[in-house]
Amino acid sequence: MQSLTNRAKAVDRRPLNLLEKAYLPAIFKGMSITFGHMFKKRPTINYPEKTRPFSPVFRGLHILNRDEEGRENCTACGLCAVACPAEAITMEAAERKSGEENLYKEEKYAARYEINMLRCIFCGLCEEACPKDAIYLSETFAPANYQRKGFIYGKSDLLIPHPKNEPEAFAQARGSRVKTTNN
Amino acid sequence: MLLAVNLALIIEKLVLIVAVVMSSLVVAMYTTFAERKVAALLQDRRGPNRAGPFGLLQPLADGLKLFFKEEIIPNFSSKFLFILGPCLAMLTAMMTGAVVPWGDKIVLPNGYEVSLQIADINIGILYIFGVVSMGVYGIMIGSWASNNKYSLMGGLRAASQIISYELAMGIALIALLMVTGTLSLKTMVNQQMDGIWNIVKQPLGFLIFIICVFAECNRTPFDLPEAENELIGGYHTEYSSMKLGFYLFAEYINMFISSAVMASLFFGGYDIPFLNDTQFAAEHGHNLMALLHGAMLFIKIAFFLFLFMWVRWTIPRFRYDQLMNLGWKTLIPLALFNMLVTGALILFKQNGWHF
Repeated sequence: MQSLTNRAKAVDRRPLNLLEKAYLPAIFKGMSITFGHMFKKRPTINYPEKTRPFSPVFRGLHILNRDEEGRENCTACGLCAVACPAEAITMEAAERKSGEENLYKEEKYAARYEINMLRCIFCGLCEEACPKDAIYLSETFAPANYQRKGFIYGKSDLLIPHPKNEPEAFAQARGSRVKTTNN
Repeated sequence: MLLAVNLALIIEKLVLIVAVVMSSLVVAMYTTFAERKVAALLQDRRGPNRAGPFGLLQPLADGLKLFFKEEIIPNFSSKFLFILGPCLAMLTAMMTGAVVPWGDKIVLPNGYEVSLQIADINIGILYIFGVVSMGVYGIMIGSWASNNKYSLMGGLRAASQIISYELAMGIALIALLMVTGTLSLKTMVNQQMDGIWNIVKQPLGFLIFIICVFAECNRTPFDLPEAENELIGGYHTEYSSMKLGFYLFAEYINMFISSAVMASLFFGGYDIPFLNDTQFAAEHGHNLMALLHGAMLFIKIAFFLFLFMWVRWTIPRFRYDQLMNLGWKTLIPLALFNMLVTGALILFKQNGWHF
């Protein structure tokens, strides 16, 4: 049969010669190989101290955005929930009362906003669907949890820190690649 | 007066015994750590690095874990022998350290000289042989008492392997004894300090000896008694908690003591190469000398321990028939040949190289 590649090797079935029977040269060869591995670079990363850099288009945990004044952008229009192929998003709308203008940007807001991180497939369609720039995907992923209900993220988990009260946390959560448009 | 002298001697020996036992335990502990670290290095991994700085507390964590594990004595086992097995393994492992010279001597401030060897008996090497061969009883009794066929297989293998390799080891040593003309380890070390190391005189003997030491310590490539993948752990299948720990510990102490014996027999013991010891001791005092000697011996031991690990992570296990072939058909004839050549050369030398 003709071989498909030229990499095939015939098995050498000759009896061992004296040097090969002595085993020792082969043993020393093997030991030099393993010794050489001591100086190789290790591919392991010390995880909790060091993390692998994510790609700039990585889609991780969701964040609900605020504007510069610290008001929530979300108007609970439901477009993200409609766009979501995994049906991971649920929300309840509420009307803004007078005196709450500094909390919510427009007259309607999301009183409850939940994303089930076990259902979410991190496709980013919610981010694309949002007309208010209220939701985007960040550079982290959902940490482990002991219970399923721990993976249902509410508003308290999703909202970005307040830009005026906690500017550092806000800047950190915003990361480097958030669109800076405010409409 | 006689009583006072004896009391001082007893205290001196007691302190030495405690020191040697403690240090061999600590060394064994950190050998387990070093083994995991070396294994990791040779396999491009990082090894234990979570417990303490560089993972240095890992052996303590391991020991703690073993202590907290449930102690299981199987119903169908022979309880007394089951407990006796690991005790015997540990005991014989510890006993060998008695005749190894760890250094020359230290001088106390009141002029009292302490020899850094627990017992300088004139049959030192025979004593080591006797005690090391007792070590197989720990494994045999433990495996037999487990009443488990895998354990029994492991024990059988251990017994036959250790007995087979003891022969080649002994014959290889006879050649060395013919060269040195003494059985006392201290005298051998002193001879090497004045002359050249025995490895130069007995290279083949050393090769046979080190192979046999690997077999005696049940280390890869001769770890058939505990072959995990064929015998699910061999003789310590049924063991748990600190009794298992004793077996593992005994193995590492055996490695430590065998390394010390190899260093003493073939690599000059605590001899520091290219250093005039008497002159140095006269200039800087005996205690500094003893410290340096101890450090030198420890470096040699560390090298051998590394060699044990290096070989373990390089060479696969022998098959049982290969093991027996190597022992009986290769090593023993080779050792006999070595003995013959050595004897002939010694005779020629005594004759003034007349043929």
